[in-house]
Order: sequence, then C-alpha cells, then structure tokens
Amino acid sequence: MAAGSTYTPIATATLGSAASSYTFTSIPSTYTDLVLIVSGSNAASASPLMQVGNGSVDTGTNYSMTVLRGTGSVVNSFNNPGDTWFNTFMSPATGEIYTVTANFQNYSNTTTKKTALFRAGAAGGNVIAEVGIWNNTAAINQIKVLLSGVNFNAGTSFTLYGIAAA
Amino acid sequence: MSGILGGLIGSFATALTSSYESIATVTVGSGGASSVTFSSIPGTYKHLQIRAVIKSTNTNNGSNWLLTANSDTANNYAVHQLYADGSTVGSNGTASYGYAYGNQTTGTSNTNIFAVSIMDIFDYSNTNKYKTFRCIGGYDLNGSGDINYRSSLWMSTSAITNINIIANGWNLAQYSSFALYGVKG
Repeated sequence: MAAGSTYTPIATATLGSAASSYTFTSIPSTYTDLVLIVSGSNAASASPLMQVGNGSVDTGTNYSMTVLRGTGSVVNSFNNPGDTWFNTFMSPATGEIYTVTANFQNYSNTTTKKTALFRAGAAGGNVIAEVGIWNNTAAINQIKVLLSGVNFNAGTSFTLYGIAAA
Repeated sequence: MSGILGGLIGSFATALTSSYESIATVTVGSGGASSVTFSSIPGTYKHLQIRAVIKSTNTNNGSNWLLTANSDTANNYAVHQLYADGSTVGSNGTASYGYAYGNQTTGTSNTNIFAVSIMDIFDYSNTNKYKTFRCIGGYDLNGSGDINYRSSLWMSTSAITNINIIANGWNLAQYSSFALYGVKG
C-alpha cells in the first residue's frame, strides 16, 4: 500500500487582542477532509459558532444539527434545524478554556450537502458530540468561527488542517 | 490561503510533513458494494484511523456498517455504544459479537446526504494486547438525525493486517468512501 504524509496545517492564528470572529478564506480544495481546532476562552459565556461557504460564508438558515450533550448532571439530545450557523452548544463559563474540534469531510465535492462532526468541551459548561449539515452542495472554501455578541479573549487560537486521502 | 480577523489579514503556517499518513482509500463504484477490504496493512504505524462518508442502498436511514479484523467473524468482539437521535439518549452493548461496530449510514431517501464516521484503531500491530476501536459518526437530516459514539474490543493479540468493512445485509452505495490512515508512534 502506498502512503503519503498528510494532516497538514493549512493555517493557524492566535488572537493578539479580543475579537468576535476569525475567518479562514481561500481554503484550498486539494484535501479530502478539513479539521478545525479552536482552543480559547470568551469574555462572557457564549458557545462558539461556525459558518461555512464558498466565496463568502452562508448566513442563511441552512444549518442543522443533531446534538448529544452532557451538562455535568444531565445527558440529553436534541435537533436544531434551520439555524444560521453550526452551534457548539458548549456554554463555557466566562474566561473558561475550552476546545472545539470540527471535522468537515469531503468538503470540496460539489454533489453532496456537507456533513460535519463536532466535539467540544468546557469543564464548567457542556461536553458535546454533534453532527451537522450545511444544506448546500458547494465546495467549502471559507469557514468563519464566531461568537454572538461576545468576544473571544486574546490567546484564543484557530488551527485548520487538511487531510488528503490516497 | 488567507485569513480575516476583524477585517485584517492574518498570518499563516506553511505546509509541514507529519506523522499521519494516508495508506489507502476505497470509493464504492456505480454497482455498489457489500464490503470494502484493506489488506496487507503495514505494521509500521502506532495507530490507524478510518475516515468515511457512507450511504447505504437501503431506502431508510440508520443502517449500520460493521468491521472485522483479519477476517475473524467469530464472536471475539465486545461492543458498546452511546447513541442519541435528537430526543433519546441510550447506551447498550454486548460482550460477545461477531463484528466490531462501525457506525450509521444514510439511505437512498436522501439523495445527496451522506453519513460520516471517524474510527480510531489503537496499537493495532501490538501482539501483547487485545485491540480497541473507537468510532464517532452519524448524520443530520434537518430535524432528525443520529449521533453515535461506539467502542469495540477485538479479543485477539494478533496484529491487524486486514480490515473488512461490511454492509450487513445491504450494500454500500456509490461514492461511499473509506480512507485508511496510519499514525506513527
């Protein structure tokens, strides 16, 4: 079997000052899957959100999620169709360090809607396993990570990897 | 590639080599397939990962793909799962099963939606311990869906050199794809 190195860092950024979002643009289509890792904290409790698109991020109600959530005392599951973003539903406490891992598989094909897997956790918030769909068959070449009405703290990092299948 | 931070252009890493390697990929053709096999898997990695996009030829969603190691179909696997469907959360398992758990698929009723799975196979070439598999996967259908976290144990100390992915009583649909990666130790 032939083998080739992959899981290649495409881009990474660490906030030098507070900001409400970070956007990866012009993501190359040369990989099979994308993996995005967010490690950081917020100025107030808010769950990190993600929007994707081609040329610009899609802000329409084209995102849907099925969520498995553990709160520290209760486990539950819910659907969240018709949203304007992928919501990680993590609810970290103010200033609490959290991590989000998002896998966008087969992200550059143009015949299927894009399904993504998310894992997220904040010790003072929720632990999340989630599958989501972006209801668009366009290739993804932009990903925006954002908060609603809140800033990411300085030091929050965003790292995007590409995985190329043989 | 470029990035936007508050309207400013960010800085970016350049491509680096890694200890994560693509070993082989199988994409199902127009006729569908009842199984996908990775054979002669080299023992030179520490762990394996399978990244899959999957659809079944069943009309309904929720068919489960399974996996055998080294063609062992005896009841030498223990399996557990944590599952959630948007309303119900549950867990079950069995200590004696003929396969390792993969995960769920979409069906033909959703023409352009595929399920996704990521499976890790740890210390697969170690001949002193049983082998463990971990698989997260699922699909979302705009108001319904499934997310599952599954674990399996193959009760054998043999190094894994062959992985057979099985559609249990159905077929993998065209464009379903399984990519095998090796992670160095």
